[in-house]
Amino acid sequence: MGRKMFSEAQLDRMEKEYKDWLQEYQKALQKMPERMERFSTVSDMEVKALYTPLDIKDKDYFEDLGFPGQFPFTRGVQPTMYRARLWTMRMFAGLGTAEDTNKRFHYLIEHGETGLSTAFDFPTLMGYDTESPLARGECGKCGVAIDTVDDMQRLFAGINLEEVTTSMTINPPASVIWAMYIANAENEGYDRKKLGGTIQNDCLKEFIAQKTLMLPPEPSLRLVVDTVEFGTYEVPRWNTISISGYHIREAGATAVQELAFTIYDGITYVEECIKRGLKVDDFAGRLSFFWNSHIDFFEEIAKMRAARRLWARLMKDRFKAQKPRSMMCRFHTQTAGCSLTAQEPYNNIIRTTTEALAAILGGTQSLHTNSLDEVYMIPSEEAVRIALRTQQILADETGVANVIDPLAGSYFVEALTDKMEEEAMVYIRKLDELGGMVAAIEKDYPQMEIADAAYHFQQQVEKGEKIIIGVNKFPSARPELEFVLKIDDELENFQIERTRQFKAKRDKVKLQKAMDELRRRCEGPPCWENNVMPALIDAVRAGATEQECCDLYREVFGTYSDPGTF
Amino acid sequence: MAEERKLRILIAKPGLDGHDRGARVIARAFRDAGFEVVYTGCHQTPEQIVSTAIQEDVDLIGLSILSGAHRYSFPRIMELLKENNAEDITVIGGGIFPLEDIPKLKAIGIKEIFEPGAKLDDIVQWVRTNVKPRKAMVA
Repeated sequence: MGRKMFSEAQLDRMEKEYKDWLQEYQKALQKMPERMERFSTVSDMEVKALYTPLDIKDKDYFEDLGFPGQFPFTRGVQPTMYRARLWTMRMFAGLGTAEDTNKRFHYLIEHGETGLSTAFDFPTLMGYDTESPLARGECGKCGVAIDTVDDMQRLFAGINLEEVTTSMTINPPASVIWAMYIANAENEGYDRKKLGGTIQNDCLKEFIAQKTLMLPPEPSLRLVVDTVEFGTYEVPRWNTISISGYHIREAGATAVQELAFTIYDGITYVEECIKRGLKVDDFAGRLSFFWNSHIDFFEEIAKMRAARRLWARLMKDRFKAQKPRSMMCRFHTQTAGCSLTAQEPYNNIIRTTTEALAAILGGTQSLHTNSLDEVYMIPSEEAVRIALRTQQILADETGVANVIDPLAGSYFVEALTDKMEEEAMVYIRKLDELGGMVAAIEKDYPQMEIADAAYHFQQQVEKGEKIIIGVNKFPSARPELEFVLKIDDELENFQIERTRQFKAKRDKVKLQKAMDELRRRCEGPPCWENNVMPALIDAVRAGATEQECCDLYREVFGTYSDPGTF
Repeated sequence: MAEERKLRILIAKPGLDGHDRGARVIARAFRDAGFEVVYTGCHQTPEQIVSTAIQEDVDLIGLSILSGAHRYSFPRIMELLKENNAEDITVIGGGIFPLEDIPKLKAIGIKEIFEPGAKLDDIVQWVRTNVKPRKAMVA
């Protein structure tokens, strides 16, 4: 090989001197033992006291790290990273009615956020209008209620949709909500070819973790491929899937499980798109990822660096991608909601800051920082401003964004990055053996791996092996925060009435025609001629509500409900 | 005389939120504590929950919710239990609730609310102390 980072002579000396040092360390421990019997990350991956060149002796700089913007992208996807442009500050926001959320969007933009991210309420996420009996009590509580294209207009009023990029966290009904977004943008005079943004549209992780469930896995994948295909030809600046580890992690997964299951979901989408007849280099560049930044600082940085290298290698070797863009793991990051505490909520600012710093050092393309009150509710203006300011302070005051991938070459970070990649590959091979992700989901495999990890972590907390300040160390009661947001229960009636009036005004003949075409396409074999997107755009423009489109999906494709295993 | 039967517990997730980490962890903890546990999975209506509770003849229902829809679903579940002459089933809740809602939930008969940070051992202990197997239903 001969291209290794250390010479044989250096390594020989290191081996000897490391052994000597270890003896000294053991001697010192006799006077004062280690604080814990075993040191491990929040994911319970054991870590040693010291890392040295011996831990990365087999690394090849050019093969394993390379330069920013170059394969395998370990050091970042762009050559300039934050020297040229900071990450997009993209705060996940959605509350009450479309007007309430629009007001929040404007507030965030005025305070310097640089991208939008929309949180929908649970009925919208599950494909139900507010008037559905299943939606009782949910309207506007955990996000914004969107029933119609008119709601979509109100949501983005006064925002230039060709200038700002918009992310929408929506999964089984992603095609419908995206159709509403495109229809509204065109109604407002924007060009679909110039629209930039992201739909989450990652149905696989719904079965694995987030559980917004609507259709069985196969038709869910068909709809995902329809959106990728449509985006490739018609909305070329759109990220058609945000392949998400975030929710997998929040459900209790380890960092390795988050990495492995998410990358495997990515593999599955690429395979499905290729089966449809798309060329990998035509669509892979519009796939993006979404990671959780949890509380264990170095583990997260290593995970994000490993994700870039792993995805690049898979795209090149497994899918024979040619374009560098197809091999880039570009990603959004959100700090870990599950790391926050209801007790002493101001401490959450410190947790979020640490997690945001890890995301920046991990090379994220955009970032949401959780608000200190997000543990109770969607955030208040006061709290969300602190969370946004956290990013701005890190960006502009601390200097951490001034050097690209500054932790590269750290013996520990490089060794941990390798370990993340290796252990993720073990899962990836296992998933291959199980016959792919859909087969694995049907066998309850990823779901139970996560449930095991979640239970293991909880037991560690109970035993005091993992510490949460304010919870199991220095325990404290939950205080009443003065600025917790309250969503009026009456909003539900307002939204139901508004959608009823909207429905009464529709041209029924035109609507029926559009819905018939949507049904025809759904019932036909998956192909460009039966792509649901053009029909959906016509349907929502003719006034179809979100639920009407999703009910049609449910009728044609069947439904899926949570098996409820534990 | 026959031994007292094992406590039967239904863990249920009303509403549309999919945050099932807590529900699945507590279901396992109850199982490890020697109780018989049924878990509904996510997205259950109050009607489905009450019907499962009666069919499965449970002694305790543990409701897990994080969406804020408890203001609708919890009272509705209590109402349906009454209508079905099953108000002797103990009901507890877990998840995130505005502080001012907790006394209101207790006033409609929810016996205890476990908030974030509650210890599994404490919850299990609470159940052992406060829940006894229901009297066999007379046909």
